[in-house]
Amino acid sequence: MDQVPTEAGLILAGVLFTLGLISVLIRRNIIFMLISVEIMLNAAGLAFVVAGAKWSQADGQVMFIFILTMAAAEVSVGLALILQIYHQLKTLDSDAANKMKG
Amino acid sequence: MTELLWIVPALPFLGAIILIILGTKLSRIAASFVGAGSVGLSALLVILIGLNYAPAAGPFRQVLWQWIDVAGLSPAFGFHLDSLSLVFIFVITFVGFLIHVYSTEFMAEDEGFARFFAYLNLFVASMLILVLADNLVLMYLGWEGVGLCSYLLIGFWYEEKKNGDAARKAFIVTRVGDTAMAIGLFMLFDIFGTLIINDILEQAPQLWSVGSQTAMVVALLLLGGAVGKSAQLPLQTWLPDAMAGPSPVSALIHAATMVTAGVYLIARMHVIFELSPTAQLCVGIIGALTLLIAGFSALTQFDLKRVLAYSTISQIGYMFLALGVGAWSAAIFHFMIHAFFKALLFLGAGAVIMVLHHEHDMFKMGGLRNKLPVIYWTFLIGSASLAALPFITAGFYSKDSILWLSFAGEKGNIWFFLAGLTGAFVTSIYTFRMVFVTFFGEAKTAVGHHTGARITIPLVILAVLSLVGGFIELPHTLGHLELFSDFLKPVLPAVAVDPSATTGMEWTIQGITMVLSLVGIFIAYHYYVRKPEQASQLKSSLAGLHRFWFMGWGFDNLYDSVLVKPYVFLATVNKNDIVDKFYSLIVYTTELLHRIFARSQGGILRWYIMSMVIGAILILTLGLLL
Repeated sequence: MDQVPTEAGLILAGVLFTLGLISVLIRRNIIFMLISVEIMLNAAGLAFVVAGAKWSQADGQVMFIFILTMAAAEVSVGLALILQIYHQLKTLDSDAANKMKG
Repeated sequence: MTELLWIVPALPFLGAIILIILGTKLSRIAASFVGAGSVGLSALLVILIGLNYAPAAGPFRQVLWQWIDVAGLSPAFGFHLDSLSLVFIFVITFVGFLIHVYSTEFMAEDEGFARFFAYLNLFVASMLILVLADNLVLMYLGWEGVGLCSYLLIGFWYEEKKNGDAARKAFIVTRVGDTAMAIGLFMLFDIFGTLIINDILEQAPQLWSVGSQTAMVVALLLLGGAVGKSAQLPLQTWLPDAMAGPSPVSALIHAATMVTAGVYLIARMHVIFELSPTAQLCVGIIGALTLLIAGFSALTQFDLKRVLAYSTISQIGYMFLALGVGAWSAAIFHFMIHAFFKALLFLGAGAVIMVLHHEHDMFKMGGLRNKLPVIYWTFLIGSASLAALPFITAGFYSKDSILWLSFAGEKGNIWFFLAGLTGAFVTSIYTFRMVFVTFFGEAKTAVGHHTGARITIPLVILAVLSLVGGFIELPHTLGHLELFSDFLKPVLPAVAVDPSATTGMEWTIQGITMVLSLVGIFIAYHYYVRKPEQASQLKSSLAGLHRFWFMGWGFDNLYDSVLVKPYVFLATVNKNDIVDKFYSLIVYTTELLHRIFARSQGGILRWYIMSMVIGAILILTLGLLL
């Protein structure tokens, strides 16, 4: 089977990362922001896998498993925080959580 | 008997400690017994030691314990008894005891009764340490101790601001001299490696030749300390203000004992002054100028105690004059006689002031001669002694020997003699002006209560001493008795008299002194008893001069404008410390930056993300470009 060209994989990763980043910036719903962060994480993971495939090394995939684990932990903490925020503020608007301004 | 020497200062010190700890709990009678009793026992012991003391046996040294031992400096808590210190401890404890007894009645109504005696006992203990110390460090301890007690007692009635001011003035002005003295001690230690007085006095002549530069510097520094403590020119300004303290304090500290510490210091270190004729000449010049300046100021005062204060400055000037011409024993003799009659005068003045309900202005007194006969007669005897009334008073003999030696002594000269003579003339005028104004004429203030035995007995004893005290040292022309100077001879060398001076000259000088003293009394009688209106005419015709003398020759104003005002000005200008401005700038910058960056922390999550992204892009761009 022909390999997917490295450039194509990296471009896909870059596009995914940029989409995630933009949606973090423009979304106000805190859950969507969390999802966007997940997309960015996966984009980074994809870049690792592509790089691992290019050099025929397992490291890329090992790194991806790390990222998955970390993402799982992050989501559990993040969702707990979101629940708390919702309890406190009765909204999921991130701009409403601005009490810690200087 | 001499082994008990350590008890002499220990007793008053113990008394002070008891009074400080138990002061408020003790009854007045108990406090008087502790206060006066401790000094009385000391005086008794001193008399016993004195009777057993043979000057020929040499000095007695008693080391109690090692006080400090560090880097070669090892002063002991040691006492040194010789003729000189014996004379001083006798005067301190004996006159001190009489003044303590007097105070038990004088201060009877005062709230701070126990506090007063605590300070007074502490003073006596410090003064005894000062004169008994065998090394200069211990002497310095006593020196500062008496300074502290002087401060505490001048400001004894601290509710009034002016008393506190006077106390601070005394403390600060004497500090100027003390600093000079401390530097002198550092130099001595640097040169000799020891501060034991006898070692220094033995080694100095081997190390320095006469006229040595170093000896002069050391002697002048020590003189600085003496000038401050003894209220001589140019540091004399504190003593008149020190009269803010209670009268017994003025009698004990500011007349009889503490202010003569400078005389003691110079007499004790006389070897160094003999090695430096320039410094010794300075001592004489300071003495001569001071006795004139203070004498003329005393002429114009109206406050009874201020007259006596200026008179004290003037009489210590005589002692300095005697030290300056090398008449060591004459200076110490005058110190002792002066302690008797000046303590008597201050106590008498205190009694008058008390009887007249704290009236200090002597022009409001008058006519007390018949109402207070004991005080009048004792005060008259004290004044006669101060004015050196011929033959019968002790002051005549002590002052005469200073005048004669300032003329005929090897280091004497005609200017010292003329200054002394003028001073003697002025002294008899102001003394009897004081007597006539206070005790003669019409009564202007009603006499309150009368004084009790505890006031009159010390007055009588001191009056007797002011009369007969002089008979232990008679000049060549009148009996030629030298008990006192023989007694001091092992410590203080006799003065060398110019060989050309003859007995005839001595007679002439004594004659002039006697005539001047009597003329002075007559002038005072003329102006203040026979024709008082002439005195006020004279005063108004010389108003400017009167004012100048009244202000103590403007020294206070001079120091005020030269030292105090610039200092206060600088202090006001620099109220907000200039150096502090630099640190304020740092604080201001930090606060400004804080306010700017705090603005960026808006609490909007997306802005944080945005700034992180921008930061990441910047870093990446820089990484690619560089």
